[in-house]
Amino acid sequence: MNKLVVSSSPHIHTQNSTTRIMLDVIIALLPAAIAGVILFGIDALVVIGICVVTSVLSEMIFNIAVKKEQTVGDLSAVVTGLILGLSLPADATIWWQSIIASVFAIVVVKCMFGGLGCNFANPAATGRIFVFIAFSTSIGRGVLPKIAEVTTSATTLEAIKGGAPEGALPSLFDMFLGLRGGAIGETCILALIIGFVYLVLRGVICFETPLIYVGTVFVLSLIGYGSLEIALYQILSGAVVYAAVFMITDYVSTPITRTGKMIFAFGCGLITFLIRFYGSYPEGVSFALLIMNILSPYIEKWTMKRPLGGKKA
Amino acid sequence: MPIFKLGKTHIPHRKNTAKMAAVRMTPPTQVQISMAQHIGAPAVPVVKAGDKVFVGTLIGEASGYVSAPIHSSVSGTVKKIGEYLNSQGRKVQSVIIESDGEMSADPSIAPPVIRSFDDFSQAVRNSGLVGLGGAGFPTAVKLDAEKKGLLKKIVINGAECEPYITSDTRTMLDDTDYVKKGVELLLKYISAEEVVMGIEGNKPECIEVMTALFADNDRVRVEKLPKTYPQGAEKMLIYNTTGLIVPEGGLPSDVGCIVMNVTSVAFIAKYAETGMPLVEKCLTVDGSGIKNPMNVIAPIGASINDVVEFTGGFKDDVAKVLYGGPMMGIAVYSTDDPILKNNNAIVALSFKEVNHNASNPCIHCGRCVAACPMGLNPTAFAKALKVDDKEDRASRLEDAKINLCMECGCCSYVCPSRRPLVQNNRLAKADLREIRSAAKK
Repeated sequence: MNKLVVSSSPHIHTQNSTTRIMLDVIIALLPAAIAGVILFGIDALVVIGICVVTSVLSEMIFNIAVKKEQTVGDLSAVVTGLILGLSLPADATIWWQSIIASVFAIVVVKCMFGGLGCNFANPAATGRIFVFIAFSTSIGRGVLPKIAEVTTSATTLEAIKGGAPEGALPSLFDMFLGLRGGAIGETCILALIIGFVYLVLRGVICFETPLIYVGTVFVLSLIGYGSLEIALYQILSGAVVYAAVFMITDYVSTPITRTGKMIFAFGCGLITFLIRFYGSYPEGVSFALLIMNILSPYIEKWTMKRPLGGKKA
Repeated sequence: MPIFKLGKTHIPHRKNTAKMAAVRMTPPTQVQISMAQHIGAPAVPVVKAGDKVFVGTLIGEASGYVSAPIHSSVSGTVKKIGEYLNSQGRKVQSVIIESDGEMSADPSIAPPVIRSFDDFSQAVRNSGLVGLGGAGFPTAVKLDAEKKGLLKKIVINGAECEPYITSDTRTMLDDTDYVKKGVELLLKYISAEEVVMGIEGNKPECIEVMTALFADNDRVRVEKLPKTYPQGAEKMLIYNTTGLIVPEGGLPSDVGCIVMNVTSVAFIAKYAETGMPLVEKCLTVDGSGIKNPMNVIAPIGASINDVVEFTGGFKDDVAKVLYGGPMMGIAVYSTDDPILKNNNAIVALSFKEVNHNASNPCIHCGRCVAACPMGLNPTAFAKALKVDDKEDRASRLEDAKINLCMECGCCSYVCPSRRPLVQNNRLAKADLREIRSAAKK
């Protein structure tokens, strides 16, 4: 008889794993990445590549430096790098800003708080905000797609903010396909929806969280601007759909309860709208996310279910 | 009935032996009968080395209200009475009996005379019956809720929600008449309005047979439960069949219910007919470490080895052997350990299936929170357990309701990071108990 293994129950486990979940997110990001490269050309690939490689290397070097077990195998650094790269403009001249954003996201926001599972804020969103503020002239610039004649100069959001003249905006259908200025992965809504469907089918994210976020921005814009058309432009432009699928669905920096995730999504939608409507920045998605990240533990506490038969404490 | 049922975790069913009728094993040459086969005070041996015993001879007397008597499962000679380390790490008294191979029944065995509830309760007590679903709570103690006039519903557990196990399935299909007689006895002596039998939807043949069996009895209702885990957990079963919620720290009788396993019910009828106490048990022997999965009727006290050898033995790569199913079963140190009354399966897992993966950091995904049928937050227990200050730790564990955890295994099962959540909860409960009892002193 062999020596028997003795351990606590349960003795069987799901086949799912952290790495598998990360792989699923990577797969879901691929349509947006491919669309970005088609729309914006080889520059897009350069930016994405720089972010992914820098993210993985930063985590690897950090772990070696502090003598921690190597964790890059869990693919979470690849996910952060991809999400970050896709949220930057396709401009090869921002290569060093991309490196700074990646190092900041991985080292400062993630590793210094204890690595995977310990960061209170979304690393990609924070990294993006950091370079967005530090290098606002180069990062904030709207890069236009290369495959079609797109005449609008500024990003659609800037155009709306500045009181867009008639005909200055791309058509809503072009917006849906991604024929507008913006970051690499955020413009092609079609690709993002493919990613969304994949993640929901694989059970990685709850379907309602992204819908509540986009819905909140839409309804508030409809009320605020009083125009169905502008409300539609609001959700199709900027990073709303991108963040809805890939950022507000992040596990680590959002509440653990399903109701909490819904409230989190609503809060993000509300703040996004407020920044866009009243603020001086045309875009407020990453800021909204960061503010809600801070509130996340409280939302989690408020939305914890009462256990079955549990007495009120 | 509640529309939204509780316990919705998808786990594999693996009911490979569902169609295999139980086979009675050849009696082993020796049995080791533990005196602690139930929740409560262990039984006290009433035989000594050299005594001649028969099948059904009383060898251990119940030693208190929450306790149960123990009977010999073979005929032969008592060889030794000693202390043995059981699989939960406790030293328990055991009686070792050498079998004469005859399996002759004790001549004093006769059907009990049952005329009143007291007779009924006493008969159940004398039969040595304990909850056969796995918990091993003395059945007679449960029945005594009747004396307080509390019982409104009898809930019969035919969920059998653990993977692999089909011994209750076989009771429902092979001992159908005993199930019917058992239910009739309960209805006769317990003043409950109705009997609800909950059967998981993965056993359509059992649902069919039981529904037909009680078609003419409007006090018995058969309820189909979702094909998800843990339908057989007491609080889930009560809620899903009746809509009643057992309060924190309470018992089923607090909401007027008594829960009995379907095999326990069938056994009561058998005992009423023959007077033969609980000396054998139907076990499912299955798992990736077993050559020929089958259902075996084994004498209590036979070693795991004897039972598995009877089925054809372990596979060479067996790495883990369990009392019970893979979700809540107990891993044994040694296959010489004896079969207990409340065992319903021996599951052996191959080396490949035994999880050696190290656990990864919690990614806060919330799968455990969504899976917990009790609505608890397993990550809160893990965090609370890391607090250094004892008083603070204890109050955090209490606030998070650690004692409502029934260790069903859903959280650990679904965790993509392989966190040992159930183990953690066990540690937390023990820790809380220790802190609170130290405070009382």
